[in-house]
Amino acid sequence: MNTALVPSPVAFDVAAVRREFPILGRTVHGKPLAYLDSGASAQRPRSVIAAVDEYERLHHANIHRGVHTLSQEATALYEDARARIARFINARSPREIVFVRGTTEAINLVAQSYGRPLFKPGDEVLITHLEHHANIVPWQMLCEQTGAKLVVAPMDARGEVRAEAVEALMNERTRLLACAHISNALGTILPVRRLIAAAKARGITTLIDGAQAVPHLKVNVQELGCDFYAFSGHKMFGPTGVGVLYGRESLLERMPPWQGGGDMILTVSFAKTVYNALPHKFEAGTPNISGVVGLGAAVDFMQSLDRDAVHAHEQELLGHATDALSAIEGLRIIGTAPDKASLISFVVEGVHPHDLGTILDGDGIAIRTGHHCAMPVMDFFEVPATARASFALYNTLDEIDRLAASIGRARALIA
Amino acid sequence: MDLTDLYRDVILDHNRRPRNFGTLEQANALAEGFNPLCGDRLTVRLNLADDRIENIRFEGQGCAISTASASLMTEAVKGKTRGEALALFDRVHRLLTDDAAGAEDLGKLAALSGVREYPARVKCASLCWHTLASALKSPDAHAVPAVSTE
Repeated sequence: MNTALVPSPVAFDVAAVRREFPILGRTVHGKPLAYLDSGASAQRPRSVIAAVDEYERLHHANIHRGVHTLSQEATALYEDARARIARFINARSPREIVFVRGTTEAINLVAQSYGRPLFKPGDEVLITHLEHHANIVPWQMLCEQTGAKLVVAPMDARGEVRAEAVEALMNERTRLLACAHISNALGTILPVRRLIAAAKARGITTLIDGAQAVPHLKVNVQELGCDFYAFSGHKMFGPTGVGVLYGRESLLERMPPWQGGGDMILTVSFAKTVYNALPHKFEAGTPNISGVVGLGAAVDFMQSLDRDAVHAHEQELLGHATDALSAIEGLRIIGTAPDKASLISFVVEGVHPHDLGTILDGDGIAIRTGHHCAMPVMDFFEVPATARASFALYNTLDEIDRLAASIGRARALIA
Repeated sequence: MDLTDLYRDVILDHNRRPRNFGTLEQANALAEGFNPLCGDRLTVRLNLADDRIENIRFEGQGCAISTASASLMTEAVKGKTRGEALALFDRVHRLLTDDAAGAEDLGKLAALSGVREYPARVKCASLCWHTLASALKSPDAHAVPAVSTE
C-alpha cells in the first residue's frame, strides 16, 4: 500500500498575496484603496518591481550589440525572460516568442505581416461581436488594403459566443479567425479550443487575443492549437509597454518583417539586406529591455502560485460580486454568460457610469467606466457605457462588499 | 473628498429634470457633440432669428454633470445674441478650468465651479458648450459637425 502523503490543498492566502503588492497598502481620499480595475491594468508585485530596479541599477546596456560585460548581462536577462515566457505558455521554442509593445501591436503585426501579403479580394476575416477595438480595427485596415471582407460572428443576449454560430460562418473564403479568449467588456470566456479545432479542420489560420485570459487561465498554446496568441505584460502583473506575440514557427518563418531597422537584419548593403533569424526578424530597434525583464519576473510570480487555487479564489469573488450586485435595485449586469472570468460589467438605473466612477473613487474604490474599447458591445446592449469591476488574485470579498455599499450610496445621491 | 461640492443640488435637480430637453421643430441650426472618451452624445438644436437665440433644446445621453450642464446652458443662453452666448461660453470654460476664475453674475451656472476639482470630468461639463459654439459658428441645419471636447 502506498503510504505516501498526499499534500492537502492549502487554502489560498489572499492576505499573503496582498503583502506582495505594495500599492495595495495605500489610501485614496483617506480610504483604503480597493483596486477593482485589473482588467485595465493589473498592479505589480515586489518581485517585478525589484527585477526592473535591479536591471536598471546593475545590468542596463543595449542588447545583441556589445561585447562588454553589461551588454552581455542585459542580453542574457532579455533572452532568459523569453525562454521562461515560452515555457510559461508551452511554446515549442523561444523563437516563437516575439516581443512587442502589447496585444494591440501583436495583432497589428499579424494583420500587416501575415495578412497583407497573402489576402485577396473576397477573402474573409472572421471575428466576433464582442471583440476589443484592438481586434477589430487592425482587420478593418487590412480589409481596406487587400479587398478582404470582415465577417462578424454574433453573440447572444447573455453576451455568449456560441461555437456553432461562429462555425456556421466558416467557409472556403475564410482565411483567418481572430477572437478573444476572454471578453474585456463582459467577462465571457469563449470556446476557443473548439473554435480553433473547427478552424484548423477547414485550413483557417487562428489568432487568439489573450490579453484578458493570461492573468486568469493557464494558457497552453500547443494544447489550444492556435497559430497566433497575443497578450500584454501589464495585465498579468508585469510592466506596461511590453507584450508578446506567440506565433507558430513555420508561419513566422514565412512572414516578412513588419518594421525595418537595427537588430532585425543579418547584413545590410544598398543592394540587398538579409533579415535576421526568428524572433529577431520582428524586433527592429532597441526593445523595451527592462519591460521584458519585468515580464519575466511576472511570469515567475504567477508560476510561484497554485494557479488552481487562484482560479477558485477569483471565481469566488465573481460569485460573491454577482450576488451582491444583483441584490441592488435598479442594477443590471451586462454580460451573463455561464462561463465568465472574474469581471462584472453593469449599469445602474438613473446613475451614469461616469458619476458612479467618481463617487466610488471618493470611497477609495477604483473601477473602469466607459465603453471599454468595445463600442459594438455597447451598441448591442443599447447602453452608451457601463461600469466594470474587474478582479484579480489580490482582491477580497470585503472589497466587493464595499463596492456594493458604495453603489447604493451613489444611487441614493444621484438617481 | 466632498462630493457634495461636485453634485450640488442645482446639478442633481437639472440632471433629474433636464430643462429644454428633446427635439426642436423647425430648428435652423444644429450640432452634434461626441465625447469619444466616454461615448456620450449630445445634439443641440437652435432657432436663430437674425443674431439671437430664440429657442434652444438639447437631447442625448450623458452623465449627471453633462446633462445638468446642458440643461443649465439652454436656460442661460435663450434670448442671447450669438456674441453674448460665445462670451458666456468663454466665462464658463474659465470657470471649469481656472481656479482663480470667479463665478460672479453667472447665476445658476456657478454651480459648475465644483467640476474643476475633478479634471477628468471637465469634458463632461464643456461638451454642450462646444456643441453650441459649433452650431453658432456654422448654423447650417444640414451640416452636422461632430465636435469633440478639448
